[in-house]
Amino acid sequence: MKKLINAPEAVVAEALEGMEAAHSSLIKVCRAPDFIMRADAPVAGKVALVSGGGSGHEPMHGGFVGRGMLDAACPGAVFTSPTPDQMFEASKAVNGGAGVLHIVKNYTGDVLNFEMAADLARAEGIAVESVVIDDDVAVEDSTWTAGRRGVGTTVLAEKICGGLAERKAPLTAVAEMCRRVNAQGRSMGMALSACTVPHVGKPSFDLADDEMEIGIGIHGEPGRHRVKLEKADRITEMLMEPVLADLPFKSGDPVLMFVNGMGATPAVELYIIYRKAAEIARKHGLKVVRNLVGSYITSLDMAGTSITLLKMDEEMLTCWDAPVLTPSLRWGA
Amino acid sequence: MADLSTDRMTTWLLEAAADLEQAKAYLTELDAPIGDSDHGVNMARGFAAVRDKLTAAPPADVGTLLKTVAMTLISTVGGASGPLYGTFFLQAAGKAAGKTSLTLAEWTECFEAGLTGLMARGKAQPGEKTMVDALTPALAALKAAAGQPLEQALAAAAAAAEQGMKDTIPMLAHKGRASYLGERSIGHQDPGATSSHLLLRRLAEPAG
Repeated sequence: MKKLINAPEAVVAEALEGMEAAHSSLIKVCRAPDFIMRADAPVAGKVALVSGGGSGHEPMHGGFVGRGMLDAACPGAVFTSPTPDQMFEASKAVNGGAGVLHIVKNYTGDVLNFEMAADLARAEGIAVESVVIDDDVAVEDSTWTAGRRGVGTTVLAEKICGGLAERKAPLTAVAEMCRRVNAQGRSMGMALSACTVPHVGKPSFDLADDEMEIGIGIHGEPGRHRVKLEKADRITEMLMEPVLADLPFKSGDPVLMFVNGMGATPAVELYIIYRKAAEIARKHGLKVVRNLVGSYITSLDMAGTSITLLKMDEEMLTCWDAPVLTPSLRWGA
Repeated sequence: MADLSTDRMTTWLLEAAADLEQAKAYLTELDAPIGDSDHGVNMARGFAAVRDKLTAAPPADVGTLLKTVAMTLISTVGGASGPLYGTFFLQAAGKAAGKTSLTLAEWTECFEAGLTGLMARGKAQPGEKTMVDALTPALAALKAAAGQPLEQALAAAAAAAEQGMKDTIPMLAHKGRASYLGERSIGHQDPGATSSHLLLRRLAEPAG
C-alpha cells in the first residue's frame, strides 16, 4: 500500500486537523465526538442541515459545510458510519431554533445510527426530520436487499436543500424538497480499479487489467456485474441507459447532469464521459439545464465514474443557483 | 458457580475484548468479500473502549454493566454493528436492572429482550445472513436448557451459535451491504454472526 498517510488509525483525525487549518474562516472542527460545523452556526431561524457518513468520500460531506449548504457533517471512520453521539451533538450545536434536517445515505449503518441520533435529539426537544437518499439504480432487486444505495444525488440534495434553507423555508418544506430531489434523481457508477482502505492495506477486490465493475457503490464493494473493459463512449452508454430508463426521464425533461469521479480518475477522463453523456441526453430529448463535473463523492483511490441525472423544476433551479460558500463547492457568494 | 455474577460478566466482557482484538484480522478477512472490511476493526475498537470503561470504574451490578457496554458500543463502534450490538446490550440491561447476579432464567430473559430489540432495530429475521442467525439458535438453546446447570446451558448456547454461524455460509444476504452482491454473497460466512459466536463462546468458556 502506497498512501500519503502517517498511520492508518490517524487518517480521519489528521484530515480533520488539515481541513480546519485550511478553511478556518468557513468551518469549525469539533472533536470527541467529531463533527465539522459552519463557522457561524447556529444561524438563528434557519433550518439546520446535518449529514454524515463514513470517511473516504471526500469532499462529501465535510467539504460541503458552509453558507448555502450543510450546517454540520459527521465523519465516521473510513467507510464506517458515524455514531449517534456525533449527529446528536452536531444537531444540538447547529440548531438555530427552526429544527434540523438529517440527510442520510441509504446504508444500513448510516440509517441505524442516524435513527438513534434523531431519537436522542427529539428527546431533547429538537425538531428533526430525516430523509434517506437512495438513488443508485445499480441495485436491481431492492425488495431483497437493504434497498438502493445513496450516491450522487446526495450532493445535489445537500446543495439544493441548503439553498432553500438559507431562504428561511420551514423544516417541513426543506424536508419535502429533499424527498423530491431524491425521488427525481438517479445514479449509476462503475470502477476500473478497486480502492484500498488504509487499515486493510490491500485493494478491496481484484480486477484484471481488461475488466471493469459496473454498478459499484462507494465503499469499495464490488458491483453487480464484472465485464470486459470497454471504451469510454460505450461505458457512458452502459451507465446512461439504466439511469434514463429508471425514472424514466422523458423527452423535454430539464435535467441537471452530474458526472462524478470516484477518486483516482482525472478530470480529463470525466470530460470525455460528460461529452458522450450530454450527447446521449440530447438524443433522448433532455434539456441539460445545469451540470456538475468533478470528483465530489468518492471512494478513496478508486478509479471510475458515476453519472447522476436529476429532473429539475423551477424551485430546484433557483436553489441550485443560489450562492454557496463551502470548502469544496462555491459560487455566487 | 450457579449464577452469572457481576464479576463473571465483567470478566467475560474483558476477555471478549481481548478475543476481538485477536480476531480483528480474521473478521476483516470475512468482511472483505461481502462487506466493507470494517467489522473486525470496528468491533475491536468498540470493545477496547468497553475494556477501558470497565477497568476504570467496575460496575456494581449486571444492569449497570450491560448498560455501560451498550452506551460504549453505540458511541464507538459505528457501522451497523454499533447500534445493533448496542441495542442488544441496552435491552438486556433493562431486564437486569439492579441485579448483582443472574440465574439462567434471568439471563435467558435478558438475552431474549436483547435479541428482540436488535431484530427490531435492524428489521432482520433469521435466514438473512446476519448476526441474528447466530443469536436466534443460541436463544433457543438457552430456553431448551431451562432447569439444567448454568454451564451446560451456556455451552449449548455457544454450540448453537457456532452452528448458526456456519449455517450463514450458503445463505443469500438480504440485509446490509452484503445484500448488494446478490448471489455472490453465497459461500461466505457472515462476519456479524461470527463475532456473535465469539462473544457467546467466551461466556461459556472463561479463560480464567
